Amino acid sequence: MQNPLLSISNLGKKFGGVTALVDLDLAVPRNRIFGLIGPNGSGKTTFFNVVTGIYPATSGTVVFEKEDITRFSPQKVYRAGVARTFQRSRLLLPLSILDNITLGDHSQLENGLFFNLFRRRALAAQYRQLLDKSRDLITIFDPGLADRIFEPVVNLPMISRRRIEICRALISNPKLLLLDEPSAGMTHEETHRLIDDILQIKDKIADLTIIIIEHEMSVMERITDHCAVLNFGQKICEGTYQQVAADPEVQKAYLGVD
Amino acid sequence: MSEPSRTHASLLPSVAAVLAGAVYMVFFLAGESQMVVFGLLVGAVLALAAFKHWRVLDAVGQSARDHQGPFSIVVVAAVAAVCLYFYDDAFVLFLLGTVLVYVLTCLGLNIQFGFVGVMNFAGASFFGVGCYTAAVLTKHTALPHLLIIVLGGLLAALLGFVILIPVLKTRGHYAALVTIAFALLFKTFLEVNDTLGGPQGLKAAGLNLFGWDVGRDIAIGDFEGSFYLGYIAVILLLAILGFIMARRMEDSWIGLNMDAVRLDETVSACFGQSIPRWKITAFTIGNFYCGVAGAFYAMMLGYIAPTNFTFGDSLILLSIVILGGLGSLWGTVVATGIVIIIPEKFQVLQEYRFLLFSALVIAILLFRPQGLLPRPLRGYRTLKSLPGKS
Repeated sequence: MQNPLLSISNLGKKFGGVTALVDLDLAVPRNRIFGLIGPNGSGKTTFFNVVTGIYPATSGTVVFEKEDITRFSPQKVYRAGVARTFQRSRLLLPLSILDNITLGDHSQLENGLFFNLFRRRALAAQYRQLLDKSRDLITIFDPGLADRIFEPVVNLPMISRRRIEICRALISNPKLLLLDEPSAGMTHEETHRLIDDILQIKDKIADLTIIIIEHEMSVMERITDHCAVLNFGQKICEGTYQQVAADPEVQKAYLGVD
Repeated sequence: MSEPSRTHASLLPSVAAVLAGAVYMVFFLAGESQMVVFGLLVGAVLALAAFKHWRVLDAVGQSARDHQGPFSIVVVAAVAAVCLYFYDDAFVLFLLGTVLVYVLTCLGLNIQFGFVGVMNFAGASFFGVGCYTAAVLTKHTALPHLLIIVLGGLLAALLGFVILIPVLKTRGHYAALVTIAFALLFKTFLEVNDTLGGPQGLKAAGLNLFGWDVGRDIAIGDFEGSFYLGYIAVILLLAILGFIMARRMEDSWIGLNMDAVRLDETVSACFGQSIPRWKITAFTIGNFYCGVAGAFYAMMLGYIAPTNFTFGDSLILLSIVILGGLGSLWGTVVATGIVIIIPEKFQVLQEYRFLLFSALVIAILLFRPQGLLPRPLRGYRTLKSLPGKS
């Protein structure tokens, strides 16, 4: 493949005696939506956690934008341009929508003690900028949320929380967005509304690559350009959705042997 | 602009509440017999329950939030007025001064515990570091006293910095364990250290600011007031400064970062936050507050001894923070008043102090875990009022 955004080679991850990922090779092309499929416990979320630096890899390399990020801390991975959402939506529930979205833009904020305590006017200007930016972003998903931006997220339904989580990941203009099962905990209809949102932002932001983990096969069929299937930490198949869905190995992994 | 649906509340309810509180304080502090004081206390509890039932408290809170600046000025004026009312009553003035000292200390602990989530079980020890710094430096050097107060804060901050570094990479409550160890160690160290006076402690010189001997009674024309008025003026200024800085910290990216670290370290890390950085920042600043308060307190009291800095005192400080509400700055102010003043007015209660506070903390955690005055959502109100500059 020509110049992939993310290339994974021989990636392995063991937790003591448990092997979560085995010799994984993947190349994620630029500006595409890449799907990651596999039964429960096949290593999909572990893969995200290794790429984002939460877990150190046991073996192999992760190369992002021609830079080896295998040993990067989560902080450095984020600064390199990778943002993610979590399987169990992990918003900071007592904080407002604005605070949750703003958090995603950490690398763009002035975090110095002196600046924050004494240069209050400059801080106020930065705050207004962030407020506008967050409002604009959340308006794409749901204009109703933009009016409630100072309310705590704890009162909001799951679909709003997912949208806020995606905004939090998008506000720093990442090159790679990792979506970990965005449909978890949502109804069928809500899931499809969220997929429309994702396609819409993909349209608006030219330079954005998405890797999505999903169990809902209709979702994968609709939005992915390319899919890979994991089973017991190994890649068993790769191709377009139609190709992997027709693969006998994949059917065996999902349905069991005979 | 941001909350279009809601109209601005009037300033009146909060001002009325502060005035009522000030008048109540005057009666409570002036109350001589235990029966009167007890009656006033029960009356206050009943009145608060009734006001809550009639939604008066909600109106007061809304009004205070909508007019933070004017409200704060009214509170400071009310505190000053109460102090002036007792202008020649050394006992009451010393008590009020002590409350303000503990307000500053607990604001520091609230930055640590309420903002970033590091529990400091050695608050009284860091306070003590400030006290001993002041006692030693006023005796052996001729440094300006204002500088000594700052040095007391810096030394406490530095010590805290050093003991926190080894546990920064750990998650969970290791930091709390280290502070417990430090608290126990600190008191024992003082008791066996002869240079620092051993169990008898040390004398500290009175505060002298630019030639103004604060320890001397005040006489302006016909007015003659206790020297404690001077001390109260200084600590009131320090507490206001501490409050403003803590509020600024809360209403800024730093407050947001600290909240994120407290609530979810993994998410914070995935969005570029350095977790050790915010923990150490909050811990250091909080201990600076404790040290400054301690240095001032040593000068006001005139002598210090290790018995003032026990583990139990640290627990009282933490219980103030929990009682007021984690992260709630006004809550800390109110809770400090309650916890310091009530046992002083009830001599009978003195011995049961710890028992009562333990029961109170358990009751709060059971029935109102967010504290007496729960922390409001960050609204960046102090920023919104600033004129734009882009």
